[in-house]
Amino acid sequence: MLAFFIARRLLLLVPTLLGVLLITFLISHIVPGDAAQLIAGPRATPEIIQRIRQEYGLDKPLHIQFAIYLGQVLRGDLGKSIRTRRPVGADIRAFFPATFELTTTAMLLAVLLGIPLGVISAVYRDRLPDHLSRVFSVIGVSMPIFWLGLLLLFLFYIRLGILPGPGRISGDPPAHITGLYLFDSLLTGNWRALGDAALHLVLPSFTLAFAVLARITRMTRSSMLEALAQDYVRTARAKGLHERWVVVRHGLRNALIPTLTVIGLSYGELLGGAVATELIFAWPGMTHYVVGSMTSLDFPAVMGVTLVIAIIYITVNLLVDITYALVDPRIRY
Amino acid sequence: MHWWIRGYATRGSEWRRALGRLWRSRLALVGLAIVVALVVVAVFAPWIAPYSPTKINLRERLKPPSVAHPFGTDDAGRDILSRVIYGSRVTLRICVLVVGLTLGIGTLLGLISGYFGGWVDEVLMRVSDVFLAFPALILAMAIAAALGPSLENAIVAMVAIWWPRYARVTRGQVLSIREIDFVAAARAAGASSTRIMLRHILPNCISPVVVQATLDLGEVVLTAATLSFIGFGAQPPTPEWGAMVSVGRNFLRDYWWYTTFPGLAILITVMGFNLLGDAVRDILDPRLRRGP
Repeated sequence: MLAFFIARRLLLLVPTLLGVLLITFLISHIVPGDAAQLIAGPRATPEIIQRIRQEYGLDKPLHIQFAIYLGQVLRGDLGKSIRTRRPVGADIRAFFPATFELTTTAMLLAVLLGIPLGVISAVYRDRLPDHLSRVFSVIGVSMPIFWLGLLLLFLFYIRLGILPGPGRISGDPPAHITGLYLFDSLLTGNWRALGDAALHLVLPSFTLAFAVLARITRMTRSSMLEALAQDYVRTARAKGLHERWVVVRHGLRNALIPTLTVIGLSYGELLGGAVATELIFAWPGMTHYVVGSMTSLDFPAVMGVTLVIAIIYITVNLLVDITYALVDPRIRY
Repeated sequence: MHWWIRGYATRGSEWRRALGRLWRSRLALVGLAIVVALVVVAVFAPWIAPYSPTKINLRERLKPPSVAHPFGTDDAGRDILSRVIYGSRVTLRICVLVVGLTLGIGTLLGLISGYFGGWVDEVLMRVSDVFLAFPALILAMAIAAALGPSLENAIVAMVAIWWPRYARVTRGQVLSIREIDFVAAARAAGASSTRIMLRHILPNCISPVVVQATLDLGEVVLTAATLSFIGFGAQPPTPEWGAMVSVGRNFLRDYWWYTTFPGLAILITVMGFNLLGDAVRDILDPRLRRGP
């Protein structure tokens, strides 16, 4: 049954992915001006521009161009970046680990802090801890990420000097294995790099986690309140079970299902939030790369990264749906 | 009977009760006060602002907050307070345009999708799936960058990423209303599809859409400010809060006030919209009543 559900979900992804490809393709073809001229640079002769137009297939009709693009993507070829003159796939591989490390740390932070905060808030309903956590979550969901990042940078780096500033590491990065600095330095036993990379992660991951943390706290609180009002919780209490056991086993376990959805949906927000965060903290990640590509109208790179980000987002949401079906046996689509 | 239809039928008393609830919630009142203040500031900006938002005065460059310039001055000697005040106009304009356009387009498409069903519905919903498959900000950035960085193009980009939400909410409502007796009665009486959709279905499915719109206002302000901060929205020297923080970033080390006040304006505005949005949701949609 579950296998059938997963297969159905995967099948439904095919039209969505085709649509995603079409959108990324169309976006990069609404670029004003002549793309070939852009690639060739300002001093190119008409012959060179003509040659580039042929080389990139820009002289063909739009639907043929799309078919060619589709074929390339299916073969795993994302084209060549105009700005870096390297294959887009190689660029993405180079910049992906930094983004992955940042968003994963932020998500862990948000989940590990948000769920306990939400539980505390619900247990102490309408008392001081609840008021504090509610005020915090209203501020959290309203906070411009880029401004929070600048405030933290100003306070902890410029004024207090207790945390490192922009960048992933000061000094040499650890030997390249996965590209994830924490992981690589652990594997190679490079303790200096491990500590340094971890410290560099503090401000950006907290900045990025903030809004999602607030959302998770909020959702956990409200679904905890709902769960704790159920009859089985009253029964459990009436049986004389320890309050902590009731909260965790009967309350939290059931409250986690809606929270899970928020986590999945928030992943897109994290990828979006990574743009401003990477910009402020000079974090050499994928979104930092794509902003540069967008500014210089490097459309093969924009198409490639947008596509990869959409696929990551789709995959995360698929995983959430599957987990959802696993933890809640009532759900079958 | 569905709650929204009941609400529609006995509108007077429902509204009175709703206002009573709004009045009792302190957080909602704070939200309302912030939004009212924003509108007042935006409307009366020329009378409130002590200086011109764009006039360059190099002798007054990067002055810290003082009595003459409560928020300090920027790198061109412009009064930051006046720029923040004028920025409310830009923000409000973005809100009205983005929410108005997405509401119009999304509701119309959702109405068509839900009412006609079949392949029309299938196509529209698959298209909206595709738009929802991207993280919103990334898609907005890509569209805004491709069209060329400007405030107008950022607005177009935001409308492009936002309409599917309204289409989906409306469609869901239409599906549950379509089969109710009064629609069948209208159809039997020979009313046209357009008339049924606009006169009988739309009024009965509008309140969840309004809830969605109020909840989205804060996010629209945040997204617009973020696009401007990254460089794909309003361009300096437009007094737009995100763009101001973006320029101020280069002066972060020694001139903290440059980024602080425009950013604070964004935070407070978004908070106002969010608090008000929560209240409106609680009032119009009792099923979703959940405290912040």
